[in-house]
Formats: sequence, C-alpha cells, structure tokens
Amino acid sequence: MSDTVLHNPAARRGSAAGALLRHARYVVSENPVTGLAFALFLLIALCALIGPYVVPYDPLASDTAAALKPPSLAHWFGTDQLGRDIFSRVIVATRLDFVIALSSVALVFAMGGLAGVAAGYFGGWTDRIVGRISDTIMAFPLFVLAMGIVAALGNTVTNIVIATAIINFPLYVRVARAEANVRREAGFVQAARLSGNGEFRILLTQILPNIMPIMMVQISLTMGYAILNAAGLSFIGLGVRPPTPEWGIMVAEGAGNIISGEWWIALFPGAALMLAVFCFNLLGDGLRDLVDPQRRT
Amino acid sequence: MRAPTPLPEPDNGLALPLLEVRDLTVEFATRRGTVAAVQHVDFSLAKGETLAIVGESGSGKSVTSYAVMRILDRAGRIAEGSISFSGLDLRATPEAAMRDLRGREMSMIFQNPRAALNPIRKIGRQIEDVLLQHAQVDRAAVADKAVAMLEQVRIARPRERYHAYPFELSGGMCQRVVIALALACRPQLLIADEPTTGLDVTTQKAVMELVVELTRERGMSTILITHDLGLAAAYCDRVVVMEKGRIVETSAADTIFRQPQHAYTRRLMQATPRPGVSLRGLLPEGEAGAQPAKATAPQADPQPLLVVENLVKEYPRQVGSTSLPKLWRAKPAPESETFRAVDGISFSIGRGESVGLVGESGCGKSTTSSMLMRLIDKTSGSIVFDGENIGEIPAKRFARLPLRKRIQMVFQDPTDSLNPRYTAARAIADPILRLDRMTSRAAVRARCEELAEQVGLPLDLLDRFPHQLSGGQKARVGIARAIALKPDLVILDEPTPALDVSVQAVVLNLLQDLKDSLGMSYLFVSHDLNVVRLLCDRVIVMRAGQIVEQGPTARILVSPAADYTRELLAAIPHPPL
Repeated sequence: MSDTVLHNPAARRGSAAGALLRHARYVVSENPVTGLAFALFLLIALCALIGPYVVPYDPLASDTAAALKPPSLAHWFGTDQLGRDIFSRVIVATRLDFVIALSSVALVFAMGGLAGVAAGYFGGWTDRIVGRISDTIMAFPLFVLAMGIVAALGNTVTNIVIATAIINFPLYVRVARAEANVRREAGFVQAARLSGNGEFRILLTQILPNIMPIMMVQISLTMGYAILNAAGLSFIGLGVRPPTPEWGIMVAEGAGNIISGEWWIALFPGAALMLAVFCFNLLGDGLRDLVDPQRRT
Repeated sequence: MRAPTPLPEPDNGLALPLLEVRDLTVEFATRRGTVAAVQHVDFSLAKGETLAIVGESGSGKSVTSYAVMRILDRAGRIAEGSISFSGLDLRATPEAAMRDLRGREMSMIFQNPRAALNPIRKIGRQIEDVLLQHAQVDRAAVADKAVAMLEQVRIARPRERYHAYPFELSGGMCQRVVIALALACRPQLLIADEPTTGLDVTTQKAVMELVVELTRERGMSTILITHDLGLAAAYCDRVVVMEKGRIVETSAADTIFRQPQHAYTRRLMQATPRPGVSLRGLLPEGEAGAQPAKATAPQADPQPLLVVENLVKEYPRQVGSTSLPKLWRAKPAPESETFRAVDGISFSIGRGESVGLVGESGCGKSTTSSMLMRLIDKTSGSIVFDGENIGEIPAKRFARLPLRKRIQMVFQDPTDSLNPRYTAARAIADPILRLDRMTSRAAVRARCEELAEQVGLPLDLLDRFPHQLSGGQKARVGIARAIALKPDLVILDEPTPALDVSVQAVVLNLLQDLKDSLGMSYLFVSHDLNVVRLLCDRVIVMRAGQIVEQGPTARILVSPAADYTRELLAAIPHPPL
C-alpha cells in the first residue's frame, strides 16, 4: 500500500499539496494574526472576484430621489450626492484597486527583483548601473514622481500601474541585491558552477528561489503601498476617472461632504482602503513562513 | 552602582563543591511537542577542578551549560532538578541577581570569538565595560586594569592593542580577548563552550594552555565543553561523557581513556583519529567489513594526472588611507602593493593517488584548491591536467567544457554546499543534468539512486530537503554529487571538521572505498594531520603560500624535516594511550 503511494507520482504530488495545506494550517495556528490577515485577504479576493455579480445595486446608476441618504437597511453604507449606493460601489471598486496593485507589484517584482539579483550577483558594472538608476528614482519624492509619470504618460489605468511599479523599483532592487550578494559565494553556488551551470542559470535556479521568502515580505508590503498609491493618484484626479467606482475617487468625492454631516460617503471607501493596506502589511510574515522550506518539517 | 549580590558564605568550606547539578532536566517546546534535551543529569565541580563535558552534536552538552548560566533561549526551560552554585540555588535566583552573577562569578567563552566581540568597539573598551558593569574597579584605574588583562592573556604590546578593533586581530587573538573578558572580574567558574573549534592546532594549543594556566593561577573551576576527546584528556581532570541528553560515564581523565566503561565512550574513543590506528580501525567492531579489492593499484604511471608548476595567486593589498594620496599621485601605485596568497608552488598528483594538502588558516591551501578547481584564475604558473594546460582557460569558460566533468569537489560545509530549496535527489542530479546531458527523468532518477547506494544514503531520504537531513547524510549527498560524473580528480576541501567523530570515521572510510572502487585521485585539503594520515599516500605541508615540505605520508609524520611540520604535529592533543 505504502509502496504504491511512494511510486505513484500523482499520489506523491497529492501528498505534497496536502503537506502544503498542513503547513499552512500550522503557520496560521502558530500566529493568529497571520490567520486574521489571510481571512481578510480571502474576503478582499472574494469581493474582487464575484463582487460585481452580487451587489444589490448598479454602482453607476444614480437615483437623485435617494441622494445623500445615511446608512440604512436599504443602503447599508448610505448613498452619495447622485444617490448611488455606496456599499455596491465599495465592493465593486475592490476589483479595480486589487488589479492595479497586483499588476504593478508583479511588474516591479519582475523588473526590480531581477535587476537587484543581477546587481548583487554579478557586481561590477551591472551593480553600478542598477544602483545609479535606483538612486535616481529615490532622489525624487516618490508620490510626486508618480504624479509626474501619470501626468506625462496620460491618465489611464495602465499608466498608474507603470508609475506605481517605477516608484517601488528601488525597494525591490535593494532587498534583492543585498540578499543575492550574501549568497554569491555560498557553497551551493560554487557547487552549481562545478556542475556546469552557467552564471545566468545559477542566478535563476540557485539564487532567486532562495531569496523568495524575503521577497514575499517585500511583495506583501508593497501591495498595500501600491493600493494606497493608486487611490492617492485617483484622489487628486489623476488616473482613474469618475464615475468609475474606485476607493480614492470615492474618498475625494465624499471629502467635501464631511463638514456638512454626510460622513459616510468618505468613511466607508476609506475604511475599505485601510483594511486592505492593513491586511497586506500583516500578510508579509505569514507569506514568508509559507514559502520558506526551512519552516516545513 | 548596583550592590553586588552576596554569595552565601560556605560554612564547611572545603567539602562543598563549587557547582552541584542534581537531576537536571531541560525541555524545549517545539512544533512536535516538548523535547527533553537534557535528562536527569548529575555532576558536581569542585573548587579548582577542570571538568570536560564530552559528547557529539545533540548530546545536550551545551544545553547543560546554558542551563547552569540560565541563558537558555525562550523555548527552553529547566523542568526538573537543582543547580547550586556555592550553596546558592540558581533555579530560584531572580533574573536581576543572575545578571550580576554572570560575568562576575561565572563566565563563559563561546565557540566563535569574532561573534562574541562587538565589531565596532575597541577591545580595550570592551574589557572596561565588563569591569565597570560589575563595579570591579573605579573609572580612573579602569584603563590600566584592561591593559593588565590583555597582558595576562599574553597579547603582545597590550597598550597598542587596547585600541585595536576585533577585525584587526586574528582568530586566536580574538579568542584571547574573549578570555580576558571572561576572566576580567575574576570569576569562580569558567565555562568554555568549544573554545578552540575553528582555530588552528597551534593556536588551539596556545589558547588551551593559557586557559589552564590562568585557571590554575586563580584557583578557578572550569567546565570545558568539547567534542574532542583528545582535547578533554590533555587539559582536564575529570571527564563527563554525554549521549542523547544523558550522562553515560563520569571518571578521571586518565582512566576514562584507558578503561572506558560505557560502550558509547568506547565507540567515541575508537572513532577518534590518532596515531597507530588505521582507517578501518575507526569503525566499531563488526561494522568494518572486508576491505573491497582495489580496482587499480596506484600504478607507477610515468605521466601524472595533475602537474602544478610555479603557481602564483596575487590579490591587491588593501592599504589603509590610499584614496586621498592616490588623487595627488601622478603614477599608479607601485607593483609591490599586492599580496601573494599562493607564492610559487609546484607539485604533482598521480593517477589513483591521494595527496594531502595541509596547513593552517591563511596558508593558501583553499586558494590553491580553488585554482585547481578552476573556480578562480591564477596570476601565473601552470596547471596541467592530463596533458592539457587548464590554467590557461578562464574560469568562466571552464564551467561549460567537457573537462569540467573530470575535476570535481567535495565542499567544506555540507550544509552550506546544498541549495536549501533542492531535495537531495535534485542536488545529486544537478551535474548529471547539466554536464552529462541526460534528459530522461527515469534515467536521472535511476542514476541518483545508484549513487545514493554507492555513498550509503538510504533511498527514502532522496526526496528530503537539506534541513531534514543530518550532518552525515548531507555529507553523503555532497559526495554523491561530486562523484556523479565519475571524475578523475576530486578535491576534498576539509570535508569532515563539521561532522561528529563517529560520522567522520564513516565518511572517511566511505571516501577510501569510493577511491578504491572508482580509481579516482584525491587532493585532500585539511588542517588535521591525523585525518590526512589516514587517507593520503603523500602529504604537502604549506605555510604562508609556500610549500614547506612534501613527501610520503609515513615519512612526513614520523620524521618531518621542517621545523614547522614538527610544530604542527606536536600541537595535536592526544588522549593518553
């Protein structure tokens, strides 16, 4: 019986997935905060996936008769100046904010991570060029730089993604460079050289996988930062344009009404934003524990 | 200034031991539940006595001493038993009082002296910190006291060295400073946790003699924690042998080696390399087995496998304040500003021969092996491998040549040399995939299993990650990877110091068997002459980048020609026979 399990690759893979699941359960049980973060993350992901299909109102449909209504059973989060249902808008906005953050982080991870690992591993000119590029980016106030990029390239979602990726570039470069630099002379790298691996292959198969745990923390932190950045750009009128539901715009639209007592217009999208950032910041440690083989026993 | 915690005055002075540990059990909370690292340990230490706690890794010898100092990490706790120090119950002592006792009444020397020192503080200041912390001396006199301490640990020119930073000192010097720190407040108990692991034999000898002399001078009691029976025998009065958290034997140092009572002690004794014992003799009786028939006796081939001539490696020397003067200097820096790590060495290795390359740290043996391995480029000289001048091929290009298959290496640290994200099978398969261009998964797996069998690695361990393997198993994976391509020359870069003696014995025998059955040549790089003697036909002794002496092992170890070799041999501690 045990023999068949051992020699059947499908069964082995099944048990590997099971092991990962058990490991995940262990990571969560050891640190309840991680469990909370994962639960929040699942909630956000769920909203992004099926939110538009389950919300009670059309997020764009205005109903002037019901404008500026406080939270009630019919409108859980109240309505805005045009009578749009804020609950529906907050839920629907999740997808857009999530996609912006995810794609910008994927982009910067690919660019910054690779550039940083190469800089740390090869040193010399690669290091100097990558280092100076990230220094140049760091020399600007980052949000102002993002504003400039979006203003110059045009007011589109793609450009928000690019701008967010660029301002996060130095963070990835520095972490990846430092981690790769430590492992450059490690025994297993030398051993890989003796096994006939070229330098580039060593970079991809030996160095990069080993710095993943620390990069996961970075990814999770910058996810929160990317969401904030996208919302911030929209808040000042760059990037996503009304009437598209987006947390930043919604806060901007509601900001003027706080003084006249309609606090709910800005509060609920703001709270959603805060929860998302909070969740990603908490998620970092848990993610690192998940991808670190040393923790898997 | 805090008032020092008074120790209870011993009433019946002499009869009371300084330290008494009774029924000590230490538990660690881990993912798999509680693990008892130390179980029901009893021992006592008289005033002025030197006690060795000997055992292999995981025997609980360090944990015992941490429990005495009460510096267990957070997961660990003393579950049972009592520790009394001069009549004071250490289990019940509050943490604040313990902090005062540590350093003043009991202190500790750690394994890695460099890590034990603050890297950005002058060593003199660090000694002062300890003295002031425990209010041993007033501020005005503290500097003189610190210098006096440096002098006591035989640091030459103590007044100058007072201003040195740890990175400016050698490993042996750093360990002396750590000893000065530990002894500054004249403690009654000194715990030395593997104080000389990682130091050269000659430095080890000097450091151990210093510890013994100072403790005798001051009537201190010492606990020496070590895995090296020879060291324990040479410098201690009594020896406690620990295995898996339990004490298996306690007796006087000179009797324990002549009449070891417990089977484990006997096994440990037997596995320790020492003069007059063959490689097979290290293995426990019954496990030695018959020596496999040699495939090829080292025939007198006229053409050696590897010929090295006048090999030189230079590194640019780092000169302190060159940056500013360099701006003004018109000419480039003179040629002499280089450091010769390897300074014109010549030797050869025959087919099927194993040659030992011996020397202390910094003698250039690792640089030499890296050059032969074609991991770094030489400065001048020639490396001829099987008629081909491989020294001329740049290291970068060599990685992809077919020649790469024929020279492989076993690395020093089995943990560091395995990618933490590769399973054992993947690590062994790497050279097969890259250099043998074997593509069928089944064939690669079959070859891995064949290699695992050759190195005695159980097949079910092949799918484990390095951190799930023991030190010996990791060493086997490293060896399997090195021999996967059936190389002609294998460079063994200190493959065993990270291993326990019993594991070392097995690995050394494995290496010998593999050489006999596969007909490889070995270059065995090591600092341990006792180990080299077991495995090598010829020995090359290096010092400061040059070859001091080379010749057949038997001659070099019995009647060395060079003074330096004699010095090295004399520094090795031996158990009394």
